[in-house]
Amino acid sequence: MRRGRLTPGAVRKWGFIASFLAAPLAIYIIFFVSPNLQALQLALTNSRGISPDFQYVGLDNFTRLFEDDVFWAAVRHHGLILLVMPLVTIAIALFFSFLLNLGGGQKNGQLSGVWGSSFYKVVFFFPQVLAVVIVGVLFQAVLNPQKSGILNSVLGWFGIDPVGWLIKPDLALWTIIGVMVWQGVGFYVVLFSAGMAGVPKEIFEAAALDGANRFTLFFKVTLPLVWNTVQVGWVYLGIAAFDAFALVQVLSIDRGGPDNATTVLPLEIFRQTFTYYRFGYASAMGVALVFLVLTFAALTLRVTRRERIEY
Amino acid sequence: MKTETAPAVPQVRRAERPKAGKQSAGLLGGVSHVMLVLWTILTVTPILYTFLNSFKTNTEIFGDSPLALPQQWGWGAWGRAWETSRIGEYLVNTVIVVAFSTFFTMLLGSMAAYVLSRYDFRGNRLIYTLFVAGLSIPPFLALSALYKVVDNVGLLGTHTGVVLVYVAYSMPFTVFFLTAFFKTLPTTVAEAAMMDGCGHARTFFQIMLPMAKPGLISITIFNVIGQWNQYLLPIALLPGDKQDKWLITQGIANISTSAGYEADWAGLFAALSMAIIPILIVYVIFQRQIQTGLTAGVGK
Repeated sequence: MRRGRLTPGAVRKWGFIASFLAAPLAIYIIFFVSPNLQALQLALTNSRGISPDFQYVGLDNFTRLFEDDVFWAAVRHHGLILLVMPLVTIAIALFFSFLLNLGGGQKNGQLSGVWGSSFYKVVFFFPQVLAVVIVGVLFQAVLNPQKSGILNSVLGWFGIDPVGWLIKPDLALWTIIGVMVWQGVGFYVVLFSAGMAGVPKEIFEAAALDGANRFTLFFKVTLPLVWNTVQVGWVYLGIAAFDAFALVQVLSIDRGGPDNATTVLPLEIFRQTFTYYRFGYASAMGVALVFLVLTFAALTLRVTRRERIEY
Repeated sequence: MKTETAPAVPQVRRAERPKAGKQSAGLLGGVSHVMLVLWTILTVTPILYTFLNSFKTNTEIFGDSPLALPQQWGWGAWGRAWETSRIGEYLVNTVIVVAFSTFFTMLLGSMAAYVLSRYDFRGNRLIYTLFVAGLSIPPFLALSALYKVVDNVGLLGTHTGVVLVYVAYSMPFTVFFLTAFFKTLPTTVAEAAMMDGCGHARTFFQIMLPMAKPGLISITIFNVIGQWNQYLLPIALLPGDKQDKWLITQGIANISTSAGYEADWAGLFAALSMAIIPILIVYVIFQRQIQTGLTAGVGK
């Protein structure tokens, strides 16, 4: 006897749902979910390499982590990147997107961007399309410490001595941050431009007609209206501040040097995994990284939540 | 959100303040143009310098005027780079891997997203959450474990392994974006088709997918660029002894280290140019779609 619910239509529907979900779920669970769950388990073991023999060591990896100077150096570097990189990127990007969308003054009673806006948007965005590795190799040449390095030779025109951008421990991380800003600005120019395009132009035009100068127009009118987009950009840049793997690995001296002055957690995780085969310890470091990222995301969402302006 | 009646109001009031806008536009406009041109130079110079250096000799590159034009334009370094740096091989490998991984990401991602957005069943919410939770996990947590998993299934050092891992790692964002996108599409067309006896799968492939084209294009671009530029996963999954399987990013990183030993700097810059030019061409042709595709992820 068949139950009433299992009509041919219902069977077809369930068969369809199952067949459409089976493959994506299987691949996702095998290659994403299960490695992440295993990482939580590995973090509690002394696993080395792919060998199946390992013991559970409780929280030993974490106690070792907290005594590891390189780990704390990496955490400090993330802190500095997180403080500086998003702020500078957003400031430059907001400035440019304001110029490119509203900075051209009034033409026929309508605010427009400065002359050549679409050209600038195309050029500024391009670094975003390049692989970080390519950017890293490009900047090895730009930041070459000799006077033949491209940046140093430009400084040479002004009589400034060559600077060891990446070889001075105090300067190296700032240089890396500079390159991150270089690559990121264009993306946020386009993003904020989209935000500004979403605001009805009459609002800007009314403000301009009431005699608002550009500073007022920017700080009192534009910024509050695109605040939501800025907030989203902030979260994305903040998460990027906890990565920086490819750039540091390719661009810095000795992969994270000089003397660990530029190292970051992802780089240490990679090193522990593929240089020392300390899979357990690397996974514990991964757990610490996830903890930091999620803490940042939760804090940001709490702090920056503001009333949304309806228009 | 645009209103069509906009020009009417300003036109009346504009006459009152004819000069205010123009005066400030003069000086500030000048300054802002300088800033824009400066940033353009900052963006273009490293790339232009790379192209130029591929035609220079080592003495020219490290000479007193590194920004000068090369004395002789020759393609020698390009030939050397093509032969010795295996850049062509890496490019072909990357095209193959990204073609397969993007295709399967889009196919499987849109199938899952469609079912999750349009069908009510037990576990729907749970499966959706499982996919989307992946968005907040950095790929570094599972690095060791992923290596073990791929090794266990015997796919370490193979393109199949890389493709499967790319698909898995692209699922969270693809499913998240496309589920939201399918929800914005009208239900009536699909319902009418089902009434006419069109099956579930056929409705999806012949009616829903064409309707979802704008969203699919954005996310395809997002995935192609993301997977093309991926660096961590290839260097983790395609080890040093499998150099014939390498992808473009790890090839470039390797060339930059070995160029120092061989002191063939023009060759390095030529190889780098070969990696940049295809992207530059694709970008110039599709820049509008690429910009919307990449920023789509951050939008509301």
